[in-house]
Amino acid sequence: MADATASTHAAPHAHGASGPATSFGIGRIALYALLIVLAFFFLMPVYVMVVNSLKPLDEIRSGNLMALPQAWTIEPWLTAWSTAQIGVQPTGLKPYFINSFLMVVPAVAISALVGALNGYVLTQFNFRGAHLLFAGMLFSIFIPFQIVLIPMAKTLGLLGLAGTVKGLVFVHVVYGISFSTLFFRNYYAAFPGELIRSARMDGASFFGVFTRILLPNSAPILVVTVIWQFTNIWNDFLFGASFSDFSSYPLTVALNNLVNSSTGVKEYNVHFAGAFIAALPTLVVYLLSGKYFVRGLMAGSVKG
Amino acid sequence: MKAGFLPKLLISPSAFLTLVCVYGYIMFTVYLSFTTSTMMPSYELAGTASYVRLLGLENWQASLSNLGTFSVLYIVIAGVLGLAFAILIDQKIRAESLFRSIFLYPMALSLIVTGTAWKWLLDPGVGLEHTLRTLGWESFSFGWIKNSEMAIYCVVIAAVWQTTGFVMAMFLAGLRGVDSEQINAARVDGAKTWQIYLRIIIPQLGPVFVSAFVILAHMAIKSYDLVVALTNGGPGRSTWLPSVFMYQYTFTRNEMAVGAASSVLMLLAIGLIVLPYLLSEMRKVKNG
Repeated sequence: MADATASTHAAPHAHGASGPATSFGIGRIALYALLIVLAFFFLMPVYVMVVNSLKPLDEIRSGNLMALPQAWTIEPWLTAWSTAQIGVQPTGLKPYFINSFLMVVPAVAISALVGALNGYVLTQFNFRGAHLLFAGMLFSIFIPFQIVLIPMAKTLGLLGLAGTVKGLVFVHVVYGISFSTLFFRNYYAAFPGELIRSARMDGASFFGVFTRILLPNSAPILVVTVIWQFTNIWNDFLFGASFSDFSSYPLTVALNNLVNSSTGVKEYNVHFAGAFIAALPTLVVYLLSGKYFVRGLMAGSVKG
Repeated sequence: MKAGFLPKLLISPSAFLTLVCVYGYIMFTVYLSFTTSTMMPSYELAGTASYVRLLGLENWQASLSNLGTFSVLYIVIAGVLGLAFAILIDQKIRAESLFRSIFLYPMALSLIVTGTAWKWLLDPGVGLEHTLRTLGWESFSFGWIKNSEMAIYCVVIAAVWQTTGFVMAMFLAGLRGVDSEQINAARVDGAKTWQIYLRIIIPQLGPVFVSAFVILAHMAIKSYDLVVALTNGGPGRSTWLPSVFMYQYTFTRNEMAVGAASSVLMLLAIGLIVLPYLLSEMRKVKNG
């Protein structure tokens, strides 16, 4: 794992059981049985969420969580989406779903673009303090964000961004560029230097090299960065809980509000539907592009 | 090539934001931790008073001891399971990518979603206990989440479920990087598969163990969302972690200096784990 750029492209060979995979002995059967049991355990919470979001409440109370619904209903989904009580208002999760999108789209776009530019500058140019700057950004990935909450709250107040979606975009860009810079820097560090040199000889400008040589070859790392940032920012809770108010809650904060502050009857089916609504965008991204998601994880886990 | 004006100009906003919003803010919070700040920041210095108060608070001691229990179990269990899953996946199985995807997908979910799902699964009134009793196992009892002695283990269960696939992916990348010649030689000599793993493959995974430890340890210290959604720190303060403590004291109990001090200690703990690792990684890259 020392080499962050190489570790993600592991060769697809396994060293397990010798011989062709077609020889099914007791060992192989036990192996598959074990894997299937584990897979069941890993899928169970999402199965439970989906199945119980489609049941009437009394069926959950009297029946069991594993059973399929007897009287199918999408009522909990409609309630979670548009009428459930979030805080004091019966707005459902819809406005907060929109908030999360309004937060995540600009934050991802800006942080990815800035990361690409930073990666270009950090790999193709020398200047005093470049190593220190990169090391400083690298460490900032690991800091517990509790350490910046108080001064950031004050800054957002001064900028007039406290309690707004714009404020959240700002915060996510500030703490997202370290990741996106890391991704692009490592990617461009492995980029063939001859291509860039020959473009320069042909008189390409600073932006010419960036837009005509680097960016057209950046699709894989761009996808990795967008997926990674989208997942992280969509799933954020700490910044949302610290810097937003009723009008600007992201979805995670609204969901927690729905589940944990409901008084009176606990509407499990509505909670499950709400949780699934919050999970859906990142799950879809994961299912569509799991390969890139894993690459982001690996590149994000170890970096040099 | 030497940077001219334009590249320097373009990287300066990022440099400025990192300098101010990361390191400047850290200095600011460190400063606050030595002041008399309560509800609002105050700039009047009070020496180490807030640290003295912090260390004497039972809420802090409980948070630390919970973090100890949580992080040891979380790191060990997620690490061992992650390695075990990677080895199972590495057996030239069919549908390898399907199994990999199933073990890894929790990592894509918000911890608030994970917390909500497990909150009701572990809830005796509606979850596993209720379900198994309905199915006829009437003496079955599983109420850890309502029990202040056991609730922290519920946080471990949900956190392990969320992250095991990630650790598996790290180990799998490591396994696939092991030189196959040694393995083939051992196989020719008649070594069994488990012997090959134990004597040849696992000893070569040292760097992955280190990476996995650093990642899991820093995630454990930062854990916040999951606790809020799963138990909200309860019952009582039995699942408080330093992150919960920091939020409570800073934003709801109006003891900002104490909250700041607690976040400084969190940063120190993470620095002690992460910095040596990052330095050695950077040295390796420079030399390699």
